[in-house]
Amino acid sequence: MLPRNLQADQFAAYPPQARKLAVSHLAALQQLPLSFLAALLRELIEYDFKFPAERAAIDQELAHLNSLSSAQITEWFHPFSVLSLSPQLESFDWVNHPAQFVEQESAYLWSTHQLDAFRQAATGYVDRLRPALAVEPLPVRRLGIAVIGQGVASYEAPLFRDLRAHGTYFGQVKPDNGLDLLLDGVEARAKSHPAPYGHWYVDGGASARQSPLLTNVGYQALEPVRANLLKYMQTEIARPGMGPEELRSDLARLLPADLGMDKDGDTVLDRFQVKLFTEGSGTQIFSTTFAQWTAREALRRAQPLTLLVRFAPRQRQRPMNELLSSPNANPELDLLGSLVDADMGAYYHWINQQRLPGADQSSFLVWFEGHNQALVIAPSLPRGVHSDSAMDLKGLLALATS
Amino acid sequence: MRTLSPRQIAHHLGRTRRDFLRDAAGMALGASLMGTSPFVYGATAAKKRKVIVITFGGGARDQETFAPEGQINIPHMLGELIPQSSFFTQVTNHGILGHYVATASLATGVYETLNNFSAVPPQHPTVFEYFRKDLKRPVSDAWVVAPSNGFNRIGESDCRSYGPGLGARVILPKHLLSAATSGSNAAYGHLLHDNYETPLYAPQIEGGEFELKQLDTILKLSVDDFKAHARMLSSPDELSVYIARRLMRQESPSLLWITMHDIDIAHSGAYSLYVDAIRRTDRLCADLWKAVQEEPEYAGNTTLLILPDFGRDADQDSGGNGFQHHRTGDPASRTTWMMALGAGVRPGVIYDNPIQSIDLVPSIGSIMGFTAEQSQGKPIKELL
Repeated sequence: MLPRNLQADQFAAYPPQARKLAVSHLAALQQLPLSFLAALLRELIEYDFKFPAERAAIDQELAHLNSLSSAQITEWFHPFSVLSLSPQLESFDWVNHPAQFVEQESAYLWSTHQLDAFRQAATGYVDRLRPALAVEPLPVRRLGIAVIGQGVASYEAPLFRDLRAHGTYFGQVKPDNGLDLLLDGVEARAKSHPAPYGHWYVDGGASARQSPLLTNVGYQALEPVRANLLKYMQTEIARPGMGPEELRSDLARLLPADLGMDKDGDTVLDRFQVKLFTEGSGTQIFSTTFAQWTAREALRRAQPLTLLVRFAPRQRQRPMNELLSSPNANPELDLLGSLVDADMGAYYHWINQQRLPGADQSSFLVWFEGHNQALVIAPSLPRGVHSDSAMDLKGLLALATS
Repeated sequence: MRTLSPRQIAHHLGRTRRDFLRDAAGMALGASLMGTSPFVYGATAAKKRKVIVITFGGGARDQETFAPEGQINIPHMLGELIPQSSFFTQVTNHGILGHYVATASLATGVYETLNNFSAVPPQHPTVFEYFRKDLKRPVSDAWVVAPSNGFNRIGESDCRSYGPGLGARVILPKHLLSAATSGSNAAYGHLLHDNYETPLYAPQIEGGEFELKQLDTILKLSVDDFKAHARMLSSPDELSVYIARRLMRQESPSLLWITMHDIDIAHSGAYSLYVDAIRRTDRLCADLWKAVQEEPEYAGNTTLLILPDFGRDADQDSGGNGFQHHRTGDPASRTTWMMALGAGVRPGVIYDNPIQSIDLVPSIGSIMGFTAEQSQGKPIKELL
């Protein structure tokens, strides 16, 4: 089936809000090329379980598509229209299974050497769409905080290497109560500027506190979910005929209840957390990867005003089969390796934050936990310089946000 | 800010590598040296020529290798190998960026489209088939040391005019080890990592009678000696290089292909493990080059070609997650490098004109004296 044949009743299996949205924009959807439309439907079908920022983005995109004339749609989507798809893809049930379709489409585009053209088409579309979308001014400057190196007694090599050119390095930080001071600051921002899913605390180990003011995601708190997932994966891998692509598709279909999450929980956040494990690579085995990926996905999807990510030591590398077996209660830890992972994770945190609206006014703070090294990036601070000012984390936070 | 096209970015990557190497290793620009060929050999010399290809496994980015901040990770290549080598700064891969399919493309000189996760033969003749058929070489003269389950069909294609019986023999060190330890892998698990590209899917490594026979009749190793040596190694690639050295000693193949894979641990998202693997691979490349000098069958008549199958995603590409994957198809993941050293190679020279990864096979053909007739690449003129 092709998009021009789309009918309203074909969205019957969509969740209520997604269905309503699809049906009300049916005329626009019918005009889009399949190579583009499936990716849009992949987002749309999840609308009921998306963060407010994602919903707003979908609303605006659909409204804009609705506003385009047929001639404009033809012109905008020409780069997608010229991509050829196989008859098998065209006959796939892409309305109800857009994610699986996109996965197969991607493999097809790679194998037919059309991936670069698709990439160019997608980039061009985003570049054209961006100016058409309204950007609301942020109520407060966006702030990212990364806390790295938990448990490391000393480290001689330079830290924050990739970030130094962008901010001020502090070498005389007073570390006392550092984490509490940072969390207090994050909570204060949440109190002053309340927003659903607007202020996050992500911990790669045991969370230092569970704040009702914040969106909390913790690796240790999710241990039962991770254990259930690993058990599921072991069973699936042992099934005859199972391969990596089939496993990935199976995982993508898992819902919070499948992994033992409470049915009365926060549906949006629970789905987000499940996806961290089922769509992430390495999040199932390494806590540092989990923390980095969570930061990336939280920024990409929820666009929080505040995101504090604390990295914790990950388990030492072992054979993949062992890592994927049931979690070990007391795994051997790789403290120094985890610090290196987290240092790069902090850099990626900042890069992902800079992709969001308000980047030129945003701030970032990274601290070597328990030690006197930190770096702050803020519009008011000089770049690429070293400061010997003795300051605690509250003072640094004030600098970052002033 | 000016937006660069993929071609411009690829060119910039090549130039950055060139400038870095000129400063760090004192290399000369190749363009001014063109004109006289070091590869002028008679039939006798061509017969003795040996070529070893190392794929710098899993792909590594410039900032962790050939950029100022990456040089700390490649001391052996920078200090020992590059001064002896011709270095090509801009090698692009326009094919599918999966390790098995990309390595198959390197081996056939055609951008293969096979399923990356299936153990299927390449669709076009491999370099091993051209070599053996054209030069009438025995099966013992072409070997592949491959890292994982998926690579066991890479030795020969299913092409009708070549194919079965004309390819290379493939040795899978992890299968050897698994067979030698009878599946009891407790002490050797660190050498049996497999399929990093899909860290969620780790099939069991199996080895049996066939592998034990390879150990005994080809490598001339007792199970006990093999196990004892394996205990001293720290990674699958170390095991592969150990096996490659045994093959060089016992079989002396003229065409030897070693696929490194440790670096692909990057897919787990642990940056420290990725960098550790780059450092290890750097050391192993130098170890292998040392072994070439120490083996009478290889010293003086061997050309070593080292190249990644492709790169990894750039930090700035929003479609990826930086070093972790190679999924975006951005210029950083498609643009890489190649180092040639040894017999017939001009040492200390940089070439920054663009070449493609599929140019490897016809170039080896020109060096060794066979024609890669179905390859879509072109011989690299700087190696002729």
